[in-house]
Amino acid sequence: MTDTKVLMPRRREVHPVPHDPDYKTSVPRSPSLPLLSMESTPSEETGPRFGHGLLGALDNNLISNFTQGKALAIGERIRVHGRVLDETGRAVPHTLVEIWQANAGGRYRHIKDSYFAPLDPNFGGCGRTITDENGYYEFMTIRPGAYPWPNRANDWRPMHIHFSIFGHAFGQRLISQMYFEGDPLINHCPIAATIKDRSQLDTLVAPLDLQSSRPMDYLAYKFDIVLRGHRQTMFENKMEGM
Amino acid sequence: MVQTLNTLIETPSQTSGPYVHIGCIPSFAGIEGIYPEDLGKSPIAHGAKGEIITISGSIFDGTGWTMRDAMFESWQADATGRFAGQEGADPQVSGFCRFAAGKDTGQFTLRTIKPGAVKMRGGSVMAPHISLWIVARGINIGLNTRIYFDDEDNSADPLLARIEQRQRVDTLIAKKVADGQYRFDVRLQGAGETVFLDL
Ligand SMILES: [Fe+2]
Repeated sequence: MTDTKVLMPRRREVHPVPHDPDYKTSVPRSPSLPLLSMESTPSEETGPRFGHGLLGALDNNLISNFTQGKALAIGERIRVHGRVLDETGRAVPHTLVEIWQANAGGRYRHIKDSYFAPLDPNFGGCGRTITDENGYYEFMTIRPGAYPWPNRANDWRPMHIHFSIFGHAFGQRLISQMYFEGDPLINHCPIAATIKDRSQLDTLVAPLDLQSSRPMDYLAYKFDIVLRGHRQTMFENKMEGM
Repeated sequence: MVQTLNTLIETPSQTSGPYVHIGCIPSFAGIEGIYPEDLGKSPIAHGAKGEIITISGSIFDGTGWTMRDAMFESWQADATGRFAGQEGADPQVSGFCRFAAGKDTGQFTLRTIKPGAVKMRGGSVMAPHISLWIVARGINIGLNTRIYFDDEDNSADPLLARIEQRQRVDTLIAKKVADGQYRFDVRLQGAGETVFLDL
Protein backbone atom coordinates (compact mmCIF):
# COMPACT_ATOMS: atom_id res chain seq x y z
CA MET A 1 0.00 0.00 0.00
CA THR A 2 1.19 3.51 -0.68
CA ASP A 3 1.15 6.57 1.54
CA THR A 4 0.58 9.05 -1.25
CA LYS A 5 -1.89 11.93 -0.93
CA VAL A 6 -4.79 12.72 -3.25
CA LEU A 7 -4.27 15.75 -5.47
CA MET A 8 -6.82 18.52 -5.53
CA PRO A 9 -8.70 18.28 -8.83
CA ARG A 10 -7.25 20.56 -11.48
CA ARG A 11 -9.34 23.70 -11.96
CA ARG A 12 -9.44 23.65 -15.73
CA GLU A 13 -11.27 27.00 -15.84
CA VAL A 14 -8.18 28.86 -14.61
CA HIS A 15 -6.09 27.46 -17.47
CA PRO A 16 -6.02 28.41 -21.15
CA VAL A 17 -8.71 27.02 -23.43
CA PRO A 18 -7.18 24.15 -25.44
CA HIS A 19 -8.80 25.22 -28.70
CA ASP A 20 -8.44 28.88 -29.69
CA PRO A 21 -8.87 29.97 -33.34
CA ASP A 22 -6.63 33.01 -32.77
CA TYR A 23 -3.77 30.64 -31.91
CA LYS A 24 -3.96 28.69 -35.13
CA THR A 25 -1.78 25.71 -34.22
CA SER A 26 -4.06 24.93 -31.28
CA VAL A 27 -6.93 24.21 -33.69
CA PRO A 28 -5.66 20.83 -34.98
CA ARG A 29 -3.74 20.05 -31.76
CA SER A 30 -6.50 20.22 -29.14
CA PRO A 31 -8.55 17.16 -28.21
CA SER A 32 -12.09 17.42 -29.50
CA LEU A 33 -13.52 14.90 -27.04
CA PRO A 34 -13.84 15.51 -23.29
CA LEU A 35 -11.01 14.48 -20.95
CA LEU A 36 -11.63 11.45 -18.75
CA SER A 37 -11.82 12.78 -15.19
CA MET A 38 -10.98 10.66 -12.18
CA GLU A 39 -9.51 11.10 -8.71
CA SER A 40 -5.73 10.96 -8.74
CA THR A 41 -4.02 7.62 -8.19
CA PRO A 42 -0.50 6.76 -7.00
CA SER A 43 0.66 7.17 -10.61
CA GLU A 44 -0.13 10.90 -10.42
CA GLU A 45 0.61 11.33 -6.71
CA THR A 46 4.22 10.22 -7.02
CA GLY A 47 6.80 11.80 -9.26
CA PRO A 48 10.50 12.10 -10.01
CA ARG A 49 12.72 13.81 -7.45
CA PHE A 50 15.93 15.54 -8.31
CA GLY A 51 18.66 16.28 -5.79
CA HIS A 52 20.79 19.41 -5.52
CA GLY A 53 23.69 17.22 -6.64
CA LEU A 54 22.23 17.41 -10.15
CA LEU A 55 23.14 21.06 -10.44
CA GLY A 56 26.32 22.62 -11.78
CA ALA A 57 27.51 25.90 -10.28
CA LEU A 58 26.34 27.97 -13.28
CA ASP A 59 23.13 26.10 -14.08
CA ASN A 60 20.94 29.00 -12.89
CA ASN A 61 23.06 31.70 -14.51
CA LEU A 62 22.11 32.07 -18.18
CA ILE A 63 24.44 35.06 -18.53
CA SER A 64 27.48 32.83 -18.20
CA ASN A 65 26.49 29.15 -18.33
CA PHE A 66 26.83 28.73 -22.09
CA THR A 67 30.49 29.75 -22.04
CA GLN A 68 31.03 28.26 -18.58
CA GLY A 69 31.99 31.71 -17.34
CA LYS A 70 34.44 32.68 -20.08
CA ALA A 71 32.27 35.44 -21.55
CA LEU A 72 28.97 37.14 -20.79
CA ALA A 73 25.74 37.16 -22.77
CA ILE A 74 24.58 40.38 -24.41
CA GLY A 75 21.54 42.10 -22.97
CA GLU A 76 19.97 43.76 -19.96
CA ARG A 77 21.08 41.87 -16.88
CA ILE A 78 18.15 40.69 -14.77
CA ARG A 79 17.50 38.49 -11.77
CA VAL A 80 14.30 36.45 -11.79
CA HIS A 81 13.28 35.04 -8.43
CA GLY A 82 10.32 33.82 -6.48
CA ARG A 83 8.77 30.92 -4.64
CA VAL A 84 7.04 27.72 -5.65
CA LEU A 85 3.94 27.14 -3.53
CA ASP A 86 0.99 24.78 -3.77
CA GLU A 87 -2.72 25.57 -3.63
CA THR A 88 -2.74 25.19 0.14
CA GLY A 89 -0.14 27.97 0.38
CA ARG A 90 2.65 25.65 1.49
CA ALA A 91 6.11 26.03 0.02
CA VAL A 92 7.24 23.34 -2.42
CA PRO A 93 10.84 22.70 -1.37
CA HIS A 94 13.55 20.87 -3.35
CA THR A 95 11.75 20.86 -6.66
CA LEU A 96 13.31 21.34 -10.08
CA VAL A 97 12.62 24.57 -11.99
CA GLU A 98 13.85 24.80 -15.58
CA ILE A 99 13.68 27.85 -17.85
CA TRP A 100 14.40 28.63 -21.50
CA GLN A 101 14.20 31.83 -23.48
CA ALA A 102 15.21 33.81 -26.55
CA ASN A 103 18.31 36.00 -26.51
CA ALA A 104 18.21 39.79 -26.22
CA GLY A 105 17.37 40.07 -29.93
CA GLY A 106 14.45 37.65 -29.73
CA ARG A 107 16.27 34.67 -31.31
CA TYR A 108 16.35 31.13 -29.95
CA ARG A 109 19.31 28.82 -30.25
CA HIS A 110 17.26 26.11 -31.99
CA ILE A 111 17.35 24.50 -35.41
CA LYS A 112 13.71 25.51 -36.00
CA ASP A 113 14.21 29.23 -35.33
CA SER A 114 14.91 31.07 -38.59
CA TYR A 115 14.32 34.65 -37.39
CA PHE A 116 17.15 36.80 -38.76
CA ALA A 117 18.00 38.45 -35.44
CA PRO A 118 21.52 37.15 -34.75
CA LEU A 119 22.49 34.43 -32.30
CA ASP A 120 24.58 35.60 -29.37
CA PRO A 121 27.72 33.45 -29.28
CA ASN A 122 27.70 33.74 -25.49
CA PHE A 123 24.08 32.76 -24.87
CA GLY A 124 22.59 29.26 -24.85
CA GLY A 125 19.17 30.07 -23.44
CA CYS A 126 18.47 27.45 -20.78
CA GLY A 127 18.92 27.23 -17.04
CA ARG A 128 17.74 25.20 -14.10
CA THR A 129 17.71 25.24 -10.34
CA ILE A 130 16.11 23.46 -7.38
CA THR A 131 14.03 25.33 -4.80
CA ASP A 132 15.41 25.60 -1.29
CA GLU A 133 13.61 24.38 1.83
CA ASN A 134 11.30 27.42 1.65
CA GLY A 135 10.40 26.90 -1.99
CA TYR A 136 12.63 29.79 -3.09
CA TYR A 137 14.49 29.90 -6.43
CA GLU A 138 16.44 32.44 -8.45
CA PHE A 139 18.02 32.87 -11.85
CA MET A 140 20.38 35.38 -13.40
CA THR A 141 19.69 36.01 -17.06
CA ILE A 142 19.22 38.72 -19.67
CA ARG A 143 15.90 40.20 -20.66
CA PRO A 144 14.69 38.24 -23.69
CA GLY A 145 13.67 40.16 -26.79
CA ALA A 146 10.18 40.14 -28.28
CA TYR A 147 9.97 38.22 -31.56
CA PRO A 148 7.63 37.78 -34.53
CA TRP A 149 6.05 34.40 -35.21
CA PRO A 150 3.95 32.90 -37.96
CA ASN A 151 0.32 32.95 -36.87
CA ARG A 152 -1.91 35.80 -37.99
CA ALA A 153 -0.35 38.27 -40.44
CA ASN A 154 1.57 40.28 -37.84
CA ASP A 155 1.89 38.52 -34.49
CA TRP A 156 4.65 39.17 -31.97
CA ARG A 157 5.42 37.39 -28.75
CA PRO A 158 5.85 39.68 -25.74
CA MET A 159 9.11 39.28 -23.85
CA HIS A 160 8.78 36.02 -21.96
CA ILE A 161 10.64 33.25 -20.18
CA HIS A 162 9.38 29.66 -20.45
CA PHE A 163 9.13 27.82 -17.10
CA SER A 164 8.94 24.08 -16.41
CA ILE A 165 8.12 23.00 -12.84
CA PHE A 166 7.85 19.48 -11.41
CA GLY A 167 6.50 19.67 -7.87
CA HIS A 168 6.61 16.33 -6.07
CA ALA A 169 3.89 14.52 -8.02
CA PHE A 170 3.63 13.78 -11.73
CA GLY A 171 0.11 15.24 -11.63
CA GLN A 172 1.55 18.61 -10.59
CA ARG A 173 3.66 18.89 -13.73
CA LEU A 174 3.37 22.35 -15.27
CA ILE A 175 4.85 24.35 -18.12
CA SER A 176 4.06 28.04 -18.35
CA GLN A 177 5.52 31.40 -19.34
CA MET A 178 6.53 34.49 -17.38
CA TYR A 179 5.81 37.91 -18.86
CA PHE A 180 7.25 41.27 -17.84
CA GLU A 181 5.37 44.13 -16.18
CA GLY A 182 4.55 46.92 -18.57
CA ASP A 183 5.13 45.05 -21.83
CA PRO A 184 2.50 46.43 -24.26
CA LEU A 185 2.68 43.29 -26.42
CA ILE A 186 1.00 41.17 -23.73
CA ASN A 187 -2.36 42.66 -24.71
CA HIS A 188 -1.84 41.72 -28.36
CA CYS A 189 -0.55 38.18 -27.90
CA PRO A 190 -2.89 35.35 -28.97
CA ILE A 191 -0.97 32.85 -26.81
CA ALA A 192 -1.37 34.97 -23.68
CA ALA A 193 -5.01 35.41 -24.73
CA THR A 194 -5.66 31.66 -24.60
CA ILE A 195 -6.15 32.39 -20.86
CA LYS A 196 -9.64 33.84 -20.83
CA ASP A 197 -9.65 35.04 -17.21
CA ARG A 198 -7.64 38.28 -17.22
CA SER A 199 -6.89 38.02 -13.50
CA GLN A 200 -5.31 34.64 -14.19
CA LEU A 201 -3.20 36.02 -17.03
CA ASP A 202 -2.06 38.75 -14.64
CA THR A 203 -0.53 36.03 -12.42
CA LEU A 204 1.94 35.33 -15.24
CA VAL A 205 3.16 38.93 -15.33
CA ALA A 206 6.19 39.43 -13.10
CA PRO A 207 6.44 42.83 -11.43
CA LEU A 208 9.63 44.84 -11.42
CA ASP A 209 11.14 44.26 -7.98
CA LEU A 210 13.47 47.22 -7.48
CA GLN A 211 14.19 46.35 -3.86
CA SER A 212 15.64 43.00 -4.96
CA SER A 213 17.75 44.54 -7.69
CA ARG A 214 21.40 45.40 -7.24
CA PRO A 215 22.56 48.96 -7.93
CA MET A 216 24.88 49.29 -10.92
CA ASP A 217 24.40 45.59 -11.75
CA TYR A 218 20.93 44.10 -12.40
CA LEU A 219 17.18 44.68 -12.17
CA ALA A 220 14.99 42.08 -10.49
CA TYR A 221 11.61 40.59 -11.34
CA LYS A 222 9.55 38.49 -8.93
CA PHE A 223 7.66 35.46 -10.18
CA ASP A 224 5.83 33.15 -7.77
CA ILE A 225 4.40 29.87 -9.04
CA VAL A 226 1.48 27.89 -7.62
CA LEU A 227 1.16 24.13 -8.25
CA ARG A 228 -1.77 21.84 -7.54
CA GLY A 229 -2.13 21.01 -3.85
CA HIS A 230 -2.81 17.81 -1.96
CA ARG A 231 -6.10 17.41 -0.16
CA GLN A 232 -5.44 17.78 3.56
CA THR A 233 -7.68 15.65 5.73
CA MET A 234 -7.37 13.53 8.79
CA PHE A 235 -9.63 10.91 7.20
CA GLU A 236 -7.39 10.14 4.27
CA ASN A 237 -5.96 6.79 5.41
CA LYS A 238 -9.29 5.05 5.92
CA MET A 239 -10.63 2.55 3.44
CA GLU A 240 -12.95 3.92 0.79
CA GLY A 241 -16.50 4.48 2.01
CA MET A 242 -15.65 4.33 5.71
CA MET B 1 -20.16 38.12 3.52
CA VAL B 2 -18.32 34.91 4.33
CA GLN B 3 -14.80 34.10 5.38
CA THR B 4 -12.07 34.16 2.79
CA LEU B 5 -10.77 30.80 1.57
CA ASN B 6 -7.09 30.20 2.15
CA THR B 7 -6.43 28.25 -1.02
CA LEU B 8 -4.36 29.76 -3.81
CA ILE B 9 -5.11 29.31 -7.51
CA GLU B 10 -2.83 27.18 -9.65
CA THR B 11 -0.58 29.10 -12.02
CA PRO B 12 -2.13 28.86 -15.49
CA SER B 13 -0.36 26.76 -18.09
CA GLN B 14 0.97 28.15 -21.36
CA THR B 15 2.08 26.22 -24.40
CA SER B 16 5.62 24.87 -24.31
CA GLY B 17 6.08 26.34 -27.79
CA PRO B 18 8.32 24.87 -30.49
CA TYR B 19 11.55 25.43 -28.57
CA VAL B 20 10.77 23.31 -25.49
CA HIS B 21 13.82 21.20 -26.27
CA ILE B 22 16.14 24.08 -25.36
CA GLY B 23 14.98 23.99 -21.77
CA CYS B 24 14.24 20.31 -21.29
CA ILE B 25 16.49 18.32 -23.63
CA PRO B 26 19.04 20.88 -24.83
CA SER B 27 21.16 18.41 -26.79
CA PHE B 28 18.16 17.86 -29.11
CA ALA B 29 18.29 21.60 -29.91
CA GLY B 30 22.02 21.34 -30.53
CA ILE B 31 23.00 22.91 -27.21
CA GLU B 32 25.86 21.05 -25.54
CA GLY B 33 28.06 21.84 -22.61
CA ILE B 34 25.69 23.54 -20.20
CA TYR B 35 24.56 20.32 -18.53
CA PRO B 36 26.60 17.09 -18.57
CA GLU B 37 23.62 15.29 -20.13
CA ASP B 38 19.92 15.79 -20.79
CA LEU B 39 17.64 15.14 -17.83
CA GLY B 40 15.61 11.92 -17.96
CA LYS B 41 17.72 10.28 -20.67
CA SER B 42 16.68 6.85 -19.41
CA PRO B 43 14.14 5.66 -16.83
CA ILE B 44 16.31 2.66 -15.97
CA ALA B 45 19.92 2.11 -15.01
CA HIS B 46 22.01 -0.98 -15.63
CA GLY B 47 20.67 -3.93 -13.65
CA ALA B 48 17.08 -2.75 -13.42
CA LYS B 49 14.84 -5.74 -12.70
CA GLY B 50 12.16 -6.73 -15.15
CA GLU B 51 11.64 -7.19 -18.86
CA ILE B 52 13.34 -4.56 -21.01
CA ILE B 53 10.93 -3.21 -23.61
CA THR B 54 10.80 -0.51 -26.24
CA ILE B 55 7.68 1.42 -27.12
CA SER B 56 7.71 3.30 -30.42
CA GLY B 57 5.11 5.41 -32.13
CA SER B 58 4.11 8.69 -33.67
CA ILE B 59 1.84 11.54 -32.68
CA PHE B 60 -0.71 12.86 -35.15
CA ASP B 61 -2.59 16.16 -35.22
CA GLY B 62 -6.25 16.44 -36.22
CA THR B 63 -5.41 16.45 -39.93
CA GLY B 64 -3.47 13.19 -39.66
CA TRP B 65 -0.12 14.97 -39.97
CA THR B 66 2.78 13.45 -38.01
CA MET B 67 4.00 16.03 -35.52
CA ARG B 68 7.74 16.55 -35.32
CA ASP B 69 7.99 18.95 -32.42
CA ALA B 70 6.28 17.19 -29.50
CA MET B 71 8.06 16.32 -26.27
CA PHE B 72 7.02 13.50 -23.98
CA GLU B 73 7.63 12.65 -20.36
CA SER B 74 6.91 9.23 -18.94
CA TRP B 75 6.53 8.15 -15.34
CA GLN B 76 6.12 4.57 -14.17
CA ALA B 77 6.52 2.04 -11.40
CA ASP B 78 9.23 -0.61 -11.24
CA ALA B 79 8.61 -4.27 -12.11
CA THR B 80 6.90 -4.85 -8.74
CA GLY B 81 4.62 -1.80 -8.96
CA ARG B 82 6.61 0.48 -6.66
CA PHE B 83 7.55 4.04 -7.56
CA ALA B 84 11.03 5.47 -7.03
CA GLY B 85 11.40 6.58 -3.44
CA GLN B 86 8.83 4.12 -2.07
CA GLU B 87 9.90 1.39 0.32
CA GLY B 88 11.32 -1.61 -1.52
CA ALA B 89 11.49 0.16 -4.90
CA ASP B 90 14.18 -0.97 -7.34
CA PRO B 91 17.01 1.57 -6.95
CA GLN B 92 17.93 1.06 -10.64
CA VAL B 93 14.55 2.38 -11.78
CA SER B 94 14.12 6.17 -11.73
CA GLY B 95 10.85 5.68 -13.63
CA PHE B 96 11.15 9.05 -15.37
CA CYS B 97 12.05 9.58 -19.02
CA ARG B 98 12.02 12.46 -21.48
CA PHE B 99 11.94 11.86 -25.20
CA ALA B 100 10.92 13.73 -28.30
CA ALA B 101 9.32 13.07 -31.64
CA GLY B 102 12.15 12.88 -34.19
CA LYS B 103 12.60 16.17 -36.02
CA ASP B 104 12.57 14.43 -39.42
CA THR B 105 10.49 11.28 -38.90
CA GLY B 106 8.23 12.24 -36.03
CA GLN B 107 8.91 8.83 -34.52
CA PHE B 108 9.54 8.48 -30.78
CA THR B 109 10.95 5.56 -28.81
CA LEU B 110 10.88 4.84 -25.09
CA ARG B 111 13.21 2.14 -23.79
CA THR B 112 12.31 1.00 -20.30
CA ILE B 113 11.23 -2.00 -18.24
CA LYS B 114 7.68 -3.29 -18.18
CA PRO B 115 6.11 -1.86 -15.00
CA GLY B 116 4.23 -3.98 -12.49
CA ALA B 117 0.61 -3.57 -11.43
CA VAL B 118 0.07 -0.71 -8.96
CA LYS B 119 -2.11 -0.90 -5.83
CA MET B 120 -4.53 1.94 -5.23
CA ARG B 121 -6.09 3.25 -2.04
CA GLY B 122 -8.98 1.03 -1.08
CA GLY B 123 -7.28 -2.09 -2.38
CA SER B 124 -8.03 -2.11 -6.09
CA VAL B 125 -5.20 -2.71 -8.51
CA MET B 126 -4.26 -0.88 -11.70
CA ALA B 127 -2.99 -2.94 -14.62
CA PRO B 128 0.64 -2.26 -15.62
CA HIS B 129 0.83 1.13 -17.28
CA ILE B 130 3.11 4.06 -18.00
CA SER B 131 1.88 7.61 -17.48
CA LEU B 132 2.56 9.90 -20.40
CA TRP B 133 2.61 13.72 -20.49
CA ILE B 134 2.74 15.47 -23.86
CA VAL B 135 3.65 19.06 -24.64
CA ALA B 136 4.16 20.84 -27.95
CA ARG B 137 3.50 24.05 -29.83
CA GLY B 138 -0.27 24.42 -30.05
CA ILE B 139 -0.94 22.37 -26.89
CA ASN B 140 -1.98 24.97 -24.33
CA ILE B 141 -1.95 22.66 -21.35
CA GLY B 142 0.08 19.44 -21.23
CA LEU B 143 -1.92 16.35 -22.18
CA ASN B 144 -1.98 13.35 -19.84
CA THR B 145 -2.60 9.84 -21.03
CA ARG B 146 -1.47 6.29 -20.21
CA ILE B 147 0.16 3.43 -22.03
CA TYR B 148 -1.23 -0.01 -21.15
CA PHE B 149 -0.12 -3.29 -22.79
CA ASP B 150 -2.08 -5.70 -24.96
CA ASP B 151 -0.36 -8.74 -23.43
CA GLU B 152 -1.51 -7.88 -19.90
CA ASP B 153 -4.88 -8.45 -18.25
CA ASN B 154 -6.49 -5.01 -18.39
CA SER B 155 -10.01 -6.22 -17.62
CA ALA B 156 -10.14 -4.98 -14.01
CA ASP B 157 -8.28 -1.71 -14.43
CA PRO B 158 -10.28 1.03 -12.67
CA LEU B 159 -9.32 3.78 -15.12
CA LEU B 160 -10.01 1.80 -18.28
CA ALA B 161 -13.31 0.71 -16.75
CA ARG B 162 -14.48 4.33 -16.72
CA ILE B 163 -14.24 4.76 -20.48
CA GLU B 164 -17.84 4.70 -21.68
CA GLN B 165 -17.21 4.14 -25.40
CA ARG B 166 -15.46 0.78 -25.14
CA GLN B 167 -13.81 1.04 -28.56
CA ARG B 168 -11.82 3.99 -27.23
CA VAL B 169 -10.08 1.81 -24.61
CA ASP B 170 -7.94 0.59 -27.46
CA THR B 171 -6.32 4.02 -27.83
CA LEU B 172 -4.52 3.49 -24.51
CA ILE B 173 -3.16 0.04 -25.27
CA ALA B 174 0.27 -0.54 -26.79
CA LYS B 175 0.34 -3.38 -29.32
CA LYS B 176 3.06 -5.99 -29.15
CA VAL B 177 4.84 -6.11 -32.51
CA ALA B 178 7.78 -8.36 -31.55
CA ASP B 179 9.38 -9.74 -28.44
CA GLY B 180 9.88 -6.79 -26.11
CA GLN B 181 8.64 -4.31 -28.71
CA TYR B 182 5.40 -2.38 -28.67
CA ARG B 183 3.70 0.20 -30.88
CA PHE B 184 1.78 3.13 -29.37
CA ASP B 185 0.46 6.03 -31.45
CA VAL B 186 -1.14 9.20 -30.14
CA ARG B 187 -3.95 10.95 -32.02
CA LEU B 188 -4.82 14.40 -30.75
CA GLN B 189 -8.10 14.72 -32.62
CA GLY B 190 -10.51 13.03 -34.96
CA ALA B 191 -10.93 9.34 -35.76
CA GLY B 192 -9.23 7.22 -33.10
CA GLU B 193 -8.64 10.21 -30.84
CA THR B 194 -6.56 9.12 -27.84
CA VAL B 195 -8.33 9.22 -24.47
CA PHE B 196 -6.74 12.08 -22.51
CA LEU B 197 -6.96 12.21 -18.77
CA ASP B 198 -7.85 14.70 -16.07
CA LEU B 199 -6.69 13.21 -12.81
FE1 LIG C 1 9.02 31.53 -26.61
